[in-house]
Amino acid sequence: MQSEKRSNSLTKQILRSISEAGLIPLLAILTAVVVGGIIIIIVGGDPIRAYTGLIEGSFGSTKALSETAVWATPYIFAGLAVALAFKGGLFNIGAEGQLAVGAVFSALIGYALPEWLGFSLPIYIHLPLAIIVGMLMGGIWAGIVGVLKAYTGGHEVINTIMMNYIALNTTSFLLNGVMKDRSPTNVIARTPLIADSARMPEIFDGLRVHWGFVLALLVAFLIWWLLNKTTLGFEIRTVGLNPDAAQYAGINVKRTVILTMALSGMLAGLAGSIEVTGLNYRHELGFSIGYGYDAIAIALLGKSHPLGVVLAAFLFAAMRNGATRMQFLTQLPVDLISMLQALILLFVAADAIVRYIYRIKSKGERVVLTRGWGG
Amino acid sequence: MTETFMLSNVETNIVLEAKRITKQFPGVLANDNVNFDLRKGEIHALLGENGAGKSTLMNLIFGLHLPDQGEVIVNGKTAMIHSPNDSIALGIGMVHQHFMLIPVFTVAENVMLGDETVKRGALDRNTVAAKINEISIQYSLNVDPHAMVGTLPVGLQQRVEIVKTLYRNAEIVILDEPTAVLTPQEAEDLFRIMRDLTGRGVSIIFITHKLKEVLAIADRITVMRAGRVINTVLPSETDSAQLANMMVGRQVILTVNKKDREPEADVLKVEGVTVRDQRDLETVHHVSFSVRGGEILGIAGVQGNGQTELSEALTGLRHPTGGKVFISGHDVTGKSPRVMTETGLAHIPEDRQRHGLVLSYTVADNMALCDYYHPPFSQRGVMQPKALDENARKLIKAFDVRTPSPFVNAGKLSGGNQQKVIVARELSRNVKLVIANQPTRGLDVGSIEYIHSEIIKMRDRGVAVLLVSAELDEIMALSDRIAVMYRGQIVAIVETKKTTREQLGLWMAGAHVESV
Repeated sequence: MQSEKRSNSLTKQILRSISEAGLIPLLAILTAVVVGGIIIIIVGGDPIRAYTGLIEGSFGSTKALSETAVWATPYIFAGLAVALAFKGGLFNIGAEGQLAVGAVFSALIGYALPEWLGFSLPIYIHLPLAIIVGMLMGGIWAGIVGVLKAYTGGHEVINTIMMNYIALNTTSFLLNGVMKDRSPTNVIARTPLIADSARMPEIFDGLRVHWGFVLALLVAFLIWWLLNKTTLGFEIRTVGLNPDAAQYAGINVKRTVILTMALSGMLAGLAGSIEVTGLNYRHELGFSIGYGYDAIAIALLGKSHPLGVVLAAFLFAAMRNGATRMQFLTQLPVDLISMLQALILLFVAADAIVRYIYRIKSKGERVVLTRGWGG
Repeated sequence: MTETFMLSNVETNIVLEAKRITKQFPGVLANDNVNFDLRKGEIHALLGENGAGKSTLMNLIFGLHLPDQGEVIVNGKTAMIHSPNDSIALGIGMVHQHFMLIPVFTVAENVMLGDETVKRGALDRNTVAAKINEISIQYSLNVDPHAMVGTLPVGLQQRVEIVKTLYRNAEIVILDEPTAVLTPQEAEDLFRIMRDLTGRGVSIIFITHKLKEVLAIADRITVMRAGRVINTVLPSETDSAQLANMMVGRQVILTVNKKDREPEADVLKVEGVTVRDQRDLETVHHVSFSVRGGEILGIAGVQGNGQTELSEALTGLRHPTGGKVFISGHDVTGKSPRVMTETGLAHIPEDRQRHGLVLSYTVADNMALCDYYHPPFSQRGVMQPKALDENARKLIKAFDVRTPSPFVNAGKLSGGNQQKVIVARELSRNVKLVIANQPTRGLDVGSIEYIHSEIIKMRDRGVAVLLVSAELDEIMALSDRIAVMYRGQIVAIVETKKTTREQLGLWMAGAHVESV
């Protein structure tokens, strides 16, 4: 009886914490939509038609839904990558590079492995191998930054940015060179198509949505479970919240920093791998431009919570996907979407504005002006 | 006849009065119909436990909060205090427990901060420095206006805070727990300064929880408990026991009851340990001592003589650069905190918020902070919330932690209860050695009493206890033996019974040891 009561109140607590955590992002989105609408009016557009177009284009039909899911897939993986790092007290700006590394290696395994081996592989070996290699390479790429942080104190923000340059330019070099698709008609910097055995099967005939999307949702749940239910997650969160206390508690802080960075890189690598094996069947220079940076926005909007990340990824995907329809209906430029995204983030980051507009008292940590033990 | 005259004369000299102040915070009535007054040139002590409402009252007077009801009258006029700027304009200055100073600025720069004197577009440091010198000489504060604040000892930094208030012409100075960060000598200096100030007409509100200080320095004492004023008394008409009783609301044992006990074998053995601090300066030089089971060894010393680095080296938070450390015969020199805990160490860290707790974790999580990784808290890599919950409920009950539930964030608890969470966690484990660094710093009488009794319980159970404390009274009350640290060395180790406060004070100040 009592335990039932307790679990009941616990569910309530969880629900309350979700609604509290989600309130500011939701109001930020609402505010951005209103401000965006005003801007549309100023430039001479019709905000109602624009937003209708946006919604129709992203959710209006099975095809639209499928495309939104396609867009959301890399956003979820990369958003989770950044969110996980945030939980561990690390700012991974390098999802962009880690994603490219993952994509390159998945593509390489996808098209070159059968050639190297001289025989073709069954799908249940080739496909997972392509995905796992891409994921691991993303992890190693980010793990290097973790090692630098743990042993030299080199800041991960600087180092992930530097690693991005290395990754993106090396990718460009490879895609223009040894990995370039040699077919006579090709002039684009891209790899050859990967073997059929490295491609994800379709879920529905004629729709582009692929199993990678399902995997993304599954991984989001896994990350939530990892962070909140496992001992490793406890260690990651403790290091993120208070590294001094983590050291005191006997947690190996260096190891945890490296591991968090590597896990984050693995998730970003997965974003790249899944784009290659599930959607494009090759890696093409520039296809992933911006995912890694949008991921930071998604993690922030989702308050680094895996469920929040999934929802934020959907929002960003819907905006990207619906933009074309919006442009078609209203002749408003697609750039408006970038502006809307920027507005949302601005309101999430500067949540004091949102609190002020909606008269929300900030709970919990108020601005501390005096600190002391006395009453 | 004379007395009535005196009284009425004093009555007219009230410089500050808080009338029927009520302040409600979510879930707490922090101030409940509080009346308080301050006379010109007096030191009025405000005494109370954590959460008694002392700081709330002062924050209301200083303009950091607004009262729900009641009014503040300054110099006979109802004052509208909405922000610290208003209170400063009214001549009220506040010295916070945690100083509001910028370490890389000079004293003059810190003092003028927020009220800068400018000459032709540039900061006029010389005029400010001259005024600081004037204040410094007038109240014999001995503050150099050109010194970098970060390089000053804590006692001097506090004087800079006092100068700040005087520079702004404060006639009412609020001191919030001013002695919490001071050594006994520095506290004596502060009291002299307080007397100087009142002698020149400044009125002082002295917030504290230390009974001895109140009796030594205050002209009047107001005791608060649970948001209410219990009584206002004169020091000559009261004593520690009565004050403690008013503060806590029940009888308090002020002396520690400790039975004699024969110590057992060595548990902690420290041989020639040398430690460097983060600036790579050697702050502990070849220190050797041992602590036996069933014994409390106190390390006395003025703060900053290597105690922090020594205890960090003994608990795995810092690598010693030389020497050996043994726990129950196991060599644990330079081992990680994890190895130390598994060898049987319980560590009550010096800074509870930095090392001891994750403030945004629940009480339950914090209570398993050092044990989270093995059964019953973790099974095959998965945390067991039920075990965490049960453990927390058990400890909350056993150690009398005042928390609404195990799911409250540790950061929401009062300092005393935060410390109890740490003490409960550390002392409930099966340990052989306790290293407690400043275990009662900044705590109230009730919590201190409780934590002392828990430490003695451990000793009586045969556990070795190393107690590091800047409070000589605490060291003397608890320890069986006392080691005095001075400039990174242990200058004396004596049995508590065979020494005196004065002798220890001399050693702490660096006097040579003739015989031990």
